[in-house]
Amino acid sequence: MTQSPLHQILDYANRANPYPIYEELRRTPVHHDADGPYVVSTYYEIRSLLHDPRISSDARNLASTASDPLAESAEEGNTLPPSFLRLDPPEHDRLRRMTNRPFGPPHSPHRIDGMRGELGDIVSGLIDGIGDPGRIDLVEQFSYPFPVTVICRLLGVPREDEARFHTWADTIAASLDPDPDADPGERGKEANDARMQLGMYLAGLIEERRKHPRDDMLSHLATAEGPDGAMATMELLSTAALLLIAGHETTVNLVTNGMLTLLRNPDVLRRLRAQPGLAVPIVEELLRFEPPVQLLPQRTPLTDIEVQGVTIPKGASLWLVIASGNRDPKRFENPDRFDPDRRDIEHLGFGSGIHSCFGAPLARLEAQLALSELARRLENPRLLEDPPPYRQNAVLRGPRHLPIACDGIRP
Amino acid sequence: MNGDGSLERLRREGRIVVVGASLAGLRAAETLREKGFAGSLTMVGDEPHEPYDRPPLSKQVLLGVTTADRTALPRRRDLDATWRLGVAATGLDMAARRVRLADGDEVPYDRLLIATGVRARPWPRPDEAELDGVFVLRTRDDSAALTRRLADGPRRVFVIGAGFTGSEIASACRERGIAVTVAERAAAPLVGALGGVVGAVAAELQREHGVDLRCAVMVTALEGDAAGRVRAAHLSDGSTVETDVVVVSLGATRNTEWLAGSGLGAGPRGIACDAGCRAFDIRGIVTDDIYVAGDVARSPHPLFGYQFLSLEHWGNAVCQAEIAAHNMLSESADRLPHMWVPAFWSSQFGVNIKSVGVPSMGTEILVAQGSLTDRRFVGVYGYQGRVIGAVAFDHARWLPFYQHLIETTAPFPPPFPLVDRRPDGQRPIDADFPDPSLPTHGPTVTLSGYSPADRRMTFTPAH
Repeated sequence: MTQSPLHQILDYANRANPYPIYEELRRTPVHHDADGPYVVSTYYEIRSLLHDPRISSDARNLASTASDPLAESAEEGNTLPPSFLRLDPPEHDRLRRMTNRPFGPPHSPHRIDGMRGELGDIVSGLIDGIGDPGRIDLVEQFSYPFPVTVICRLLGVPREDEARFHTWADTIAASLDPDPDADPGERGKEANDARMQLGMYLAGLIEERRKHPRDDMLSHLATAEGPDGAMATMELLSTAALLLIAGHETTVNLVTNGMLTLLRNPDVLRRLRAQPGLAVPIVEELLRFEPPVQLLPQRTPLTDIEVQGVTIPKGASLWLVIASGNRDPKRFENPDRFDPDRRDIEHLGFGSGIHSCFGAPLARLEAQLALSELARRLENPRLLEDPPPYRQNAVLRGPRHLPIACDGIRP
Repeated sequence: MNGDGSLERLRREGRIVVVGASLAGLRAAETLREKGFAGSLTMVGDEPHEPYDRPPLSKQVLLGVTTADRTALPRRRDLDATWRLGVAATGLDMAARRVRLADGDEVPYDRLLIATGVRARPWPRPDEAELDGVFVLRTRDDSAALTRRLADGPRRVFVIGAGFTGSEIASACRERGIAVTVAERAAAPLVGALGGVVGAVAAELQREHGVDLRCAVMVTALEGDAAGRVRAAHLSDGSTVETDVVVVSLGATRNTEWLAGSGLGAGPRGIACDAGCRAFDIRGIVTDDIYVAGDVARSPHPLFGYQFLSLEHWGNAVCQAEIAAHNMLSESADRLPHMWVPAFWSSQFGVNIKSVGVPSMGTEILVAQGSLTDRRFVGVYGYQGRVIGAVAFDHARWLPFYQHLIETTAPFPPPFPLVDRRPDGQRPIDADFPDPSLPTHGPTVTLSGYSPADRRMTFTPAH
């Protein structure tokens, strides 16, 4: 290899199809180049590390020598505190638990399912508004506005303000892309500024919700007093920013990757049209086959640990390439085949362990509704460009545009 | 391929009988078909119901979230079996390879799978056990009957035994706003399975949820009124508890009586089998045509000193059934061992409890993550310097890691730092299991006599 596997993953030239690189990478389950992170690419090793309490998600446990282009806090006091994504228990557990109260079971078992009708209306509205069926950019016209509208409604963020935080969300998401050639200090500063501005925007909103609570998550988080007490304001800002950004940058790719995969597998698309319930296994298989989060670059061991004969030292930067684990032939039969009839599908698309995706139930429902409805309503859809142009980001990987055409839009 | 083609014949046109139509029986039957068994399959079950799932019976059903008749187990595939439901097996003729049924029928087999499970241990005094309002909870019908009674709004429910089932029942009653008294012979709930350190946490949990928990007491008598309805329970400390409903939760008895005299190594502790699920006869010789799976099986586990373990665990039943079915149709070289690491879960008083390994073998416990005071923790059990089990209260996502420690006989206490390690987790403490020499709910077997000809086994039932 002329380039290290790490550079190949990050190289934009490989964005449309990183899977051959992952295949190469799996030959060395724990890959390490001098000064670089330890990259783990095989299913069982990733899974076990996700459940390993010797592994920390807290950037403060990184050795100072380990490069962490993703550190959220460059300068103390000048940014939001880390979100629960980047905290260990017990802080992680407490914040996640409190955030979950207005979101899922046991306290709010119907929050997501209760949005089904609303989500259906948003989907219908977006498809109705597509216009010229001869040239559709599915990202701009559908997959981006859909989850963004949903997360805004769920949190209680005015949709009109979306344009304001679109840029912040972009900058923060871009900072998750570990470009080894970029100046980490500069990138960190930009991301921090964006988080800070987003935080200030949210602070105003939360202040308003405290005075006039509604039935949205921000109001609940701002006013609820559970057994864990109330969230501190700074914690609340970090949490809200996390949810807002996660809602922006992940489901977009799940839906777009989903439509792209369906158009590449027309038999599956035909089946979905006839049988909308097939959306459930299709989305699970998508999460394995084309996961919207390709790798988790935010872990570090609290002690030297041995994985497949390699000692990963305490404080080292540890990357878990879940998209590669999802295609590990030691775990899945014919891993490179998109097969919604697969029964054994315990994928890593949402991670696993205590940090497994908080928004998973919402993401699943969004993708199921979106894909089944697109399949039903788009007449004879086809790709205009394959592969489509991708976003720069190697971590949150997905097409920037998905140009498609169809013969018409069914009512 | 085997030389004489007998295995091929078995797969094509053999007769397999599965006695026990619950989780293990059903999963075994499905696996047999999945592996290409095309012969005749007979499923014998003493209950009139199709195979159903038990965990919801002491949880969601009692809470009214679902009903007992909606617990049927999902089918993985069409079985094409002859179902003999509502008919118990009453005997086994090993030489003639026939199972006798309660209705007088006999079913011949080439391979037999025994998955007869366990039943609730009843209150030992029949006249008191028959009082109206006295329940056990094992079957679908038990659960439906108890749920109906809870819906009538009893003044108080009295639970005898604070093991997992008893505690879950108490939890469901409290969630429904029903007053509950729990009587436990040991010093705390769950002590037999998890020891006194964790038992103390469980006790606090119960009391905080308003359970009137009485530990270190025995129930001496149940008293009925003139109409034959239970009205009070008398305790060994001299106290009396007025109650309309009594739930007897004293563990389970293995359903092996029907095998008495068959020559199979079956007794009150279950049916001994090898790691490949083949049953032993009473001479300690392994059979080739009789297999055992689920709660009724007792098999040696290499990871736990080759102890013969019987596990009343959902996951164990599934895994053992699949292994038994595979081995039934396989050449000896292709047989698989049942190496499942014990694991179970419970849900009570809003806490999710999960365990892996065999905590009850442990002598020491280390609170490796979280804290007992918060009731969110992982407790690791040590036995002779190695990790033997772990239990999690609302911390289950870490358990695969501890399972790996158990599987690899990792040293105890674990010598490395962990996230969420607290001050109370710096040193292991005595896990505080009851003295094994004290009587428990289990029966005791003793041997007497000197020469092999006059050696006898005496069975002392519990109570």
